[in-house]
Amino acid sequence: MRSIISVIGKDEVGILAKVSTLCAEHNANIEAVTQHVVEGYFSMTMIACVDDMDCSIGELQEFLDKVLPETKNHVMHEDIFHAMHRI
Amino acid sequence: MFEVGEIRETIDMIDEENLDVRTITMGISLLDCVDSDIDRSCRKVVEKIKKCAGKLVETGEIIEKRYGIPIVNKRVSVTPIAMLAGASGGDPVKYAKALDEAARAIGVNFIGGYSALVQKGFGPGDRELIESIPRALAETERVCSSVNIGSTKAGINMDAVKTMGTVVRQCAELTADRQCVGATKLVVFCNAPEDNPFMAGAFHGVGEPDCVINVGVSGPGVVRAAIASMDDDADLQQVAEKIKKTAFKVTRMGQLVGTVASEMLGVPFGIVDLSLAPTPAVGDSVAHILEEIGLERVGACGTTAALAMLNDAVKKGGVMASSTIGGLSGAFIPVTEDAGMIRAAREGVLTVQKLEAMTAVCSVGLDMIVIPGDTTAEVISAIIADEAAIGMINSKTTAVRVIPGIGLKEGDEFDYGGLFGSGPVMPVSTLSPAKMINRGGRIPAPIQSLKN
Repeated sequence: MRSIISVIGKDEVGILAKVSTLCAEHNANIEAVTQHVVEGYFSMTMIACVDDMDCSIGELQEFLDKVLPETKNHVMHEDIFHAMHRI
Repeated sequence: MFEVGEIRETIDMIDEENLDVRTITMGISLLDCVDSDIDRSCRKVVEKIKKCAGKLVETGEIIEKRYGIPIVNKRVSVTPIAMLAGASGGDPVKYAKALDEAARAIGVNFIGGYSALVQKGFGPGDRELIESIPRALAETERVCSSVNIGSTKAGINMDAVKTMGTVVRQCAELTADRQCVGATKLVVFCNAPEDNPFMAGAFHGVGEPDCVINVGVSGPGVVRAAIASMDDDADLQQVAEKIKKTAFKVTRMGQLVGTVASEMLGVPFGIVDLSLAPTPAVGDSVAHILEEIGLERVGACGTTAALAMLNDAVKKGGVMASSTIGGLSGAFIPVTEDAGMIRAAREGVLTVQKLEAMTAVCSVGLDMIVIPGDTTAEVISAIIADEAAIGMINSKTTAVRVIPGIGLKEGDEFDYGGLFGSGPVMPVSTLSPAKMINRGGRIPAPIQSLKN
């Protein structure tokens, strides 16, 4: 079971580090990361395996919002993307 | 795996375009609660609703967090209460109070099913329930009511139509101190669907299983944004194609949420209702879709054609996305609940006559329209009869939810806030249909061939 983590906002030092630290702390295994910075705006999409995670997806969202209060963060179960974009 | 563009598209739909699951509605049969003593019957009703739907709200919240998709309402629909009232006797308002109590206990904002199905005639309990609707809606907060007065197979019960004109007025009069809110919770149907998850018209049909989960998806903002992303010279076939693809994605999300909810609650999954249900929020308007297609304002000539195309394309896209489509499934045009409709109504460019034409090609009917406070019961009955005729002849659901603004005249407004929104009083014809309405009887079921 995977979770899609996405962060968008003003670029600053350490965003990716904060997200990956949080994943490590809760035992979510990062499988892929795509990241862009365009004109000072940071956009990251991460796919993490959450089979052995020690918290729920909803809780990970809350933790992420705490460490990155200035950006728009989403933690979502992969099934919603499967449903919408794959037949 | 997924492309970044796909992930962003989904997130933008939710963040920027108001995509949500509008409602998870649990349908519950109350037939096994019937007792010859109304008080015992009411107690059983409360117990059964608590037992079946006790975890509905909590489950909805878990799904919201897991998938990151807002589920705006969690609701319950029940067996038409007239059937229980017919068996138990007594004051049907006791059932309304029991439903209200159960809704409060499980934390749902609306419970539908204070209903009677009288398309062919009145059975035991039907008249008592219908006459009690104004009191029931005035004395409860969360109970919604509906009455089916016609169908393509049965024709239109004009005795019921006559009664409903008076009942709608009484609902408004008894709640005149609360912006006539009683009338916002009453829908008069022709061809009412038995699995509709949307309020105020939801009830749990007699052909339904004991307990079932129905899901209503929405997403007018998503459809509008998809059309806005197209070139202005895209032809209407391309526009329809875009709507279909968007409706497909939205419905797939509803199907997923419904499937997961049914697994978690251990209740069979019923249907996805793929309606475009607007809210007064900016960017969540069906009227704005029609304007994006190319109308200066909703209500302009061309509105009916644009709406017909929209409604059909939504169905075509949605049908492929879900194994079980049902309910109303189409575009809703509730005036006070749609920012674009409110603006057009205020400007006087959207009229009740135009709305009536629109209801011939979309779900559901004349919905959330504030009419002058001095509108007579006969005129309201005639509005209901006109709408029912459109539904009956075209084999589709139509409905009337008008709010007589007691003490209000043209130019005045109601402002409910929240999902019910706000809207101006819209003028209706004051010519008298009294002689026709007072004839009563039935309009016979229409012929199903020689369609012209």
